Amino acid sequence: MALLEIRELHVGVENREIIRGLHLNVNAGEVHAIMGPNGSGKSTLSHVIAGKPGYEITGGQVLFRGENLLRMEPTERAAKGVFLAFQYPVDIPGVTTMNFLRAAVNAQRKAREQQEFSTPEFLKRVREVAGSLNIPQHMIKRGLNVGFSGGEKKRNEILQMALFEPSLCILDEIDSGLDIDALRIVSSGINALRSPERAMIMITHYRRLLDHIVPDIVHVMSKGRVVKSGGKELALELEACGYAQFEDAA
Amino acid sequence: MKQVSAKADTERATGDVFAAARGRLPGAGPIPQIRARAFDVYKRAGLPHGGMEDWKYTDLRALIGEVLPLAPQPDAEALVRAKASAKQVAADQAIKLVLVDGIFAPELSDLGRLENEVVVRSLREVLENSVSGAMAGLMLSTTSDSAISLNAAMATDGLVITVAEGNAVKRPIQIVHVATGLSVSTYTRSYLQLGNGAHAAVVESFVPAEGASGYQTNDATIALVGDEASLSHIRVAAAASDAVNISSAIIAAGTRAKLDLFSMTCSGSISRYQGFITLAGEGTKLSANGVNLVRHKLHADTTIVVDHAVPHCTSREKFRAVIDDCGRSVFQGRIVVRPGARKTDAALTTRALLLSDQAEADSKPELEILADDVTCGHGATSGALDDTLLFYLRARGLSEKDAQTLLIKAFIGEPIEEITSENLRDFVTAQAEHWLQAGR
Repeated sequence: MALLEIRELHVGVENREIIRGLHLNVNAGEVHAIMGPNGSGKSTLSHVIAGKPGYEITGGQVLFRGENLLRMEPTERAAKGVFLAFQYPVDIPGVTTMNFLRAAVNAQRKAREQQEFSTPEFLKRVREVAGSLNIPQHMIKRGLNVGFSGGEKKRNEILQMALFEPSLCILDEIDSGLDIDALRIVSSGINALRSPERAMIMITHYRRLLDHIVPDIVHVMSKGRVVKSGGKELALELEACGYAQFEDAA
Repeated sequence: MKQVSAKADTERATGDVFAAARGRLPGAGPIPQIRARAFDVYKRAGLPHGGMEDWKYTDLRALIGEVLPLAPQPDAEALVRAKASAKQVAADQAIKLVLVDGIFAPELSDLGRLENEVVVRSLREVLENSVSGAMAGLMLSTTSDSAISLNAAMATDGLVITVAEGNAVKRPIQIVHVATGLSVSTYTRSYLQLGNGAHAAVVESFVPAEGASGYQTNDATIALVGDEASLSHIRVAAAASDAVNISSAIIAAGTRAKLDLFSMTCSGSISRYQGFITLAGEGTKLSANGVNLVRHKLHADTTIVVDHAVPHCTSREKFRAVIDDCGRSVFQGRIVVRPGARKTDAALTTRALLLSDQAEADSKPELEILADDVTCGHGATSGALDDTLLFYLRARGLSEKDAQTLLIKAFIGEPIEEITSENLRDFVTAQAEHWLQAGR
């Protein structure tokens, strides 16, 4: 059974169809890249998998380990192991990163009937992972993402991904707003989380990211569908020829 | 016509209340006369009503109609109930001074633990035993507000707290106002006098005892803060859901003083907190912040007037309201910069979080700038919880309720963070969480 199976998915927003009959199979252990021009429906796909309200599912199925994902609240999806790294992580003054992390990790562990972390245990774990991502301790004590640069916010997303230990990671333009050093840190953080039990879907415009995180499968999305799938060499082809060649295929 | 007769009825009832209470009101020498004059001032204006600009959102004449009879002296049974409630709201490490139904209750208070740096007397004791002109001044009003005049006429007791020049009181002093009665009114009036260079933190808590209902509280706190003195005044008001709480604070500070003020209203049918703060000496810094937490059909009004009377003072005000169900929150913030008060630096922000479609927030920031070379700003917003933030938190595994609670806590955390004492910040946070839990 595929970890994630999307069949003939149709999604609309305000009577406009964004996803138009999309198919996608993702197995545990695989890293997929979804590339495509602006407006092809890549971000909508990531939001629908994570359960963001405001989208109308007009047809198709999204199965996660064979279960109907579309019927679950976002909270439940997170507890089942779905993680979306946001393109634009939010900032919340008044909630420290540490308090937020503890609340979220323990909520997920509770939902999975795992024991909640003790405070010292959790602090130690956060310090370790934060250290590996070059996130200084004082940042964790501040309001969530408040005053963080784009790169710091993205590192904070990967910190959460590492702590939550999800089975499916969706990375929505994790490379946007990152300079080359930040990209290297974020990529190595993501690579460290690759495992046979975990799948990743990277959504990106740029091949640059795929130099750092080498995907197993590359998909091209256009006008709400996957129009071509291939190995990592497909990304090179896209860079040489652009997306225009696929516009007709859609 | 109907309104006119309603007013006449109210005044007759109030007149009876004063006449009936007179014999029980403490005060020797000139005090009875001062009370009678204060009552006349009140009677001319009547209960604050919508026609008065400062009370336009909180029309007491329409909302409460009448002033209830003065509460009786609390009996032993009332004191037992009061003790339990006072214990529930006790701030960590604070010296507790308890007023029950408007009467100081030494047996419930920690007088024995008071530090030497502070002198505490009950207002009753001061008014009865000292008839010097200075003490008579305690009952005179410096504002024309009719609720405060009524308070001067009717005050049965309160606390007179004096910190002499240069003295610092280490532990917070907590005045706990407990109401135990049914359909009665209470009037308390307290004084905080901080000499030059003195420091003190005063917490005021309002809480109903079990079984208390339909009562009216009218409290006034008058604070005089000397040069280079600092005062923290933290007020947390809870009341029975059918009770009325009108609290006034009149605060004046000298040169290079520091004022750290905070007020949170958590419940009560009708609540009004009004602060009149005069910065009377140069270089003084004021931080005045507050939170209204409103649900059901309750009404909470916070009105703050900051008077920059002299140059080179700074004032910062942060106000937040969380409103659920059919609740209504009012925030009025007036900043007056007197002629010549140049280099005034004043800023005020007010934000309201509306948790239901019927929730209502009224904000009225006002700047009255009569001097040149000043920096003054204000901002007001209101809106619902941000869907993007909610989704982010839910996508990280928090339930919808927990995500909402976290965002509400963050929202009200901003003014709470301004409280300088960590201990008192935790106290206020715990009271706010109590309110959040009660409605979830």
